[in-house]
Amino acid sequence: MEFVGQLQRQLVQFSHSLFVEGFLDEQFQQLQKLQDESNPDFVLEVVSLFFEDSEKLLNNLSIALQQQIVDFKLVDSYVHQFKGSSSSIGAQRVKNMCVHLRSFCEEKNLERCLMCLQQVKHEYYVVKNKLETLLRLERQIVEAGGTVPFIA
Amino acid sequence: MGVKRAGYKLLTMKVSGHFGTTRKWSLTHLALNPWVQLTWIIGVVSLSGYIFFWMNNDQNARRKEGLVSMCDQRARMLQDQFNVTVNHVHALAILVTTFHYCKSPSAIDQETFAEYTARTAFERPLLNGVAYAQRILHSERGEFEKTHGWTIRSMGKEAAPISDEYAPVIFMQETISYIESLDMMSGKEDRENILRARATGKAVLTSPFRLLNNHLGVVLTFPVYNSRLPLNPTVNDRIEATAGYIGGAFDVESLVENLLGQLAGNQAIVVHVYDITNSSGPLIMYGNQSIDGDTSLEHVSKLNFGDPNRKHEMICRYLQKAPMSWQCIMTPTFVCVILGLVGYMIYGAALQVMRVEDDFDKMRKLKVQAEAADVAKSQFLATVSHEIRTPMNGILGMLQLLLDTELTRTQNDYAQTAQDCGGALITLINDVLDRAKIEAGKLELEAVPFDLRSILDDVLFLFSEKSRQKSVQLAVFVSDKVPEFVVGDPGRFRQVIINLVGNSVKFTEQGHIFVQVHVAEQVHSLIRSKNKAFVNSECCTENFNTLSGRQAADNRSSWEVFKLLDDELLPDTSFNIVNDENVTLLVWVEDTGIGISEHAQKRVFTPFMQADSSTSRNYGGTGIGLSISKCLVELMGGQMNFTSRPQIGSTFSFTVKLKRFKRETANGLKKSLSEDMPTAMKGLKGVVVDSKPVRAAVTKYHLRRLGIQIEVVNSIKMAATLLRKHGSLISRNEKLPDMILVEKEIWISDEENSFPLLSSNGLHGQSWKPPKMILLATNLSPEESDRARASGFVDTIITKPLRVKAVAACLQQVLGITIPNSSESTKRTTGLHGLLCGKKILVVDDNNVNRRVAAGALKRFGADVICAESGPEALKWLQIPHDFDACFMDIQMPEMDGFEATRRIREMEKKATEQMERESAEWHIPILAMTADVIHATLDKCLNCGMDGYVSKPFQETSLYQAVAKFFQVTPGATT
Repeated sequence: MEFVGQLQRQLVQFSHSLFVEGFLDEQFQQLQKLQDESNPDFVLEVVSLFFEDSEKLLNNLSIALQQQIVDFKLVDSYVHQFKGSSSSIGAQRVKNMCVHLRSFCEEKNLERCLMCLQQVKHEYYVVKNKLETLLRLERQIVEAGGTVPFIA
Repeated sequence: MGVKRAGYKLLTMKVSGHFGTTRKWSLTHLALNPWVQLTWIIGVVSLSGYIFFWMNNDQNARRKEGLVSMCDQRARMLQDQFNVTVNHVHALAILVTTFHYCKSPSAIDQETFAEYTARTAFERPLLNGVAYAQRILHSERGEFEKTHGWTIRSMGKEAAPISDEYAPVIFMQETISYIESLDMMSGKEDRENILRARATGKAVLTSPFRLLNNHLGVVLTFPVYNSRLPLNPTVNDRIEATAGYIGGAFDVESLVENLLGQLAGNQAIVVHVYDITNSSGPLIMYGNQSIDGDTSLEHVSKLNFGDPNRKHEMICRYLQKAPMSWQCIMTPTFVCVILGLVGYMIYGAALQVMRVEDDFDKMRKLKVQAEAADVAKSQFLATVSHEIRTPMNGILGMLQLLLDTELTRTQNDYAQTAQDCGGALITLINDVLDRAKIEAGKLELEAVPFDLRSILDDVLFLFSEKSRQKSVQLAVFVSDKVPEFVVGDPGRFRQVIINLVGNSVKFTEQGHIFVQVHVAEQVHSLIRSKNKAFVNSECCTENFNTLSGRQAADNRSSWEVFKLLDDELLPDTSFNIVNDENVTLLVWVEDTGIGISEHAQKRVFTPFMQADSSTSRNYGGTGIGLSISKCLVELMGGQMNFTSRPQIGSTFSFTVKLKRFKRETANGLKKSLSEDMPTAMKGLKGVVVDSKPVRAAVTKYHLRRLGIQIEVVNSIKMAATLLRKHGSLISRNEKLPDMILVEKEIWISDEENSFPLLSSNGLHGQSWKPPKMILLATNLSPEESDRARASGFVDTIITKPLRVKAVAACLQQVLGITIPNSSESTKRTTGLHGLLCGKKILVVDDNNVNRRVAAGALKRFGADVICAESGPEALKWLQIPHDFDACFMDIQMPEMDGFEATRRIREMEKKATEQMERESAEWHIPILAMTADVIHATLDKCLNCGMDGYVSKPFQETSLYQAVAKFFQVTPGATT
């Protein structure tokens, strides 16, 4: 029980830091709220979907930006998608980066687009890392027989 | 942003388009054209030049005329004088003929001749002297010389050379005695002259030469014939008959000098006389050799001195050049100057006009710019307010969620405060947005049918808690003349009422707040016909017959007037307004608050102006509400006014123009509009015990709406009497009152007397159902409540302000009437879960994550969710017939975006509806857009392409609820 309590505290602190540092926003809380007994793995499901989707999109983006003639429309549609899913998940920083990337895309500034894409990737991997940690912690708590505390 | 910018561009284009029109080609611009100016100057100068030349020519012509006349005059006179002299010489010739040759011996000798000629010299003033030369043939020379004792001498004073003929002078005037014996024929020219004179018998002149006195002169020669000359002599006859020659030297110079001296103006002209016999070299006879005077103008007059072989002429000139006449110079100069000045004046005026026009244009441009800026400001405000409102809603929603969680008391307090503040802020933002919208002219009023009475009830309910806390009486009264349903903008109407009532509640500490609605025409006609009541109502000072008995600022709501208005409610044929489609309502909101000081009354409607700065300190608020209300009322075709007396209260009144709702056209709508008024109480009878007539009227109004017949009595005693009467007359078919409503005030003051009433109640208890006792109170302390129960008000207490729904609920409870359907209506309000539970919803989004989240959210509220990845897939799902209740649609999707998909769905539905015409059901699935940007344009576009609403993305409970609640309220009616 001691162990569970520790894990729970850890989880609360960790998730709090995520919100404070702006990796996640209230949307993620909303997601957490949507998870209940009837739908116990909702967050995990959505987050995995997000990872899957994002990796595909990032891959597509990298390819699109390496073309001889860059189709900025295509790039824009990818970024839009990415922005949508990241804002749905509440990955605030990724979303903000996507906004920047979109504006560069509008300017058709390839150089800055590429730079920004790097940053987007960076932010994505950071948040992915964080989310994975968060989910792992939750899983550990559940495995240890505790309940996931509600983070607000 | 793009839209906004486009808007600005449009605006500027409009502005430039307005001023882009070329300026009119006016006189002003003509005057400023340099070519026109040049032409004007040239025109003026040439006109002046023309005038100058015309005047100069005229003057010259006159001058020339003068010269001609002077010259001719001189020539004629000269000629006359000359001729006179010649005639005299002729006479002398005759004399010589007569006395020298016809007399024998001769009667004339030198002495006689000299004396005669000397004495007649006055006749010949021009001749220096006359002499007679005898014709001597050479044969006669010797004898002649011998007779006279001298030899004939030539002009050189020596003896004359031999010639065939001589003409020695024998007689002469004393003055020229030196020419005696000179042969006149010795000079060649003289000889020719003599021969010519002899042949013609006329005077002959020599060419001019210098006389001895150094004057220019000519010699006149006349032949003298002897008596043998026949009457018509031939030349030979004449030569034969020639006896001698008489001659005289003309001093032409003195002749002309004398002549000119006699005439006026001789100073001004120069006269020359020439002998022009030899045309190649005219010989001067008079005048200076050098030609002086004005050579430009001269006149030649012919002179005839009687010698046909000699020609003479006189040439006259002006001594001085024609002086420039002042008139000639000044007139054109003046003309030039005046026209120049006129031109300059026109130019100056045109310049001024131009400048003014330019200024005017500039001003107009500035005005348009300022207006554009104002519109832009309003647009900006509208946009910004909107942008602020969106996140604000989020904040408030979150705070609400936060409050739902378990919080400590302090946390709860903080969160509650934050939410209150947020609420205040959003109200302010809404106000600012409204005002901006009104200023930008963007506010559009709806025209939907609504139930005015229920809106007023709602508003009252909103303030009931506050008024109860302050124990201020709050009441509403709507005249029966006001139609049940009117067409207008219920939201805005409610907003105005809320604002006015809110203000009243804020500023009123005791007394009442009374909202009345009348038909304006009725009130106006009443004022016209029964003006007295309005004037006289001033008299009652002690007890004011108003709702609460306190004095109000405007006497119009006192019972005296109220009664009149109420009387008018009786069927009256004089009002024919029912046929009219429009109805103007007059709304009064009367309070007994602090009032508005006179100096502050002027700026009551100015935005952000409160009566004074202390107002906001004491009562809060921004002071924007009234100005918005006024604008709204004006938009609704009405006016807002107020009367206020400090410390007594204020009465705000406004009129609105609304349309009557045609019942027959949409009978079905009526039900959905009005919250089902319970009909179970129709036909019941009640007695209201109240001494305040106005208050009683209000109570009556509410109960009458429920179909209850009401009788008003002043006191409990009277009520009891009434009851007893009824009790004793039970046999009659009259219905007994089912309820007795007692005003708290009456009960308190008359507590003891209520017992007999109640006991009497029990007395007849067996025979008929006793009436229910109901107490009406604004607020009731617990002990009062106990006492009330004890004294017989066991049934119920209705707390004021009265609202139909509350009253109905109470009465239902008291009378034991159950209303069907009520369970359903309560279910509807249990929140999002209730709204969405069991609904089948299609979620269309190309984004996996978004789709999943949306689906999750909707599922959580009990909805049955089906997902579609794209527009086409959604279309497939929604092939008719389908059993979806709603569709959430992403807007930005590849292949087919949300707009397009919606359009197609609507087309499909339209077709299906047309095909199944016989069935009344219409296919229309509510489609809600899911969008991240909540700018107006996107939303408008959503609505334009057939969507029913929108949900901002990512999903939030509150916004989702708002969106869904809006149209799921309607759907049950439409689908069932």
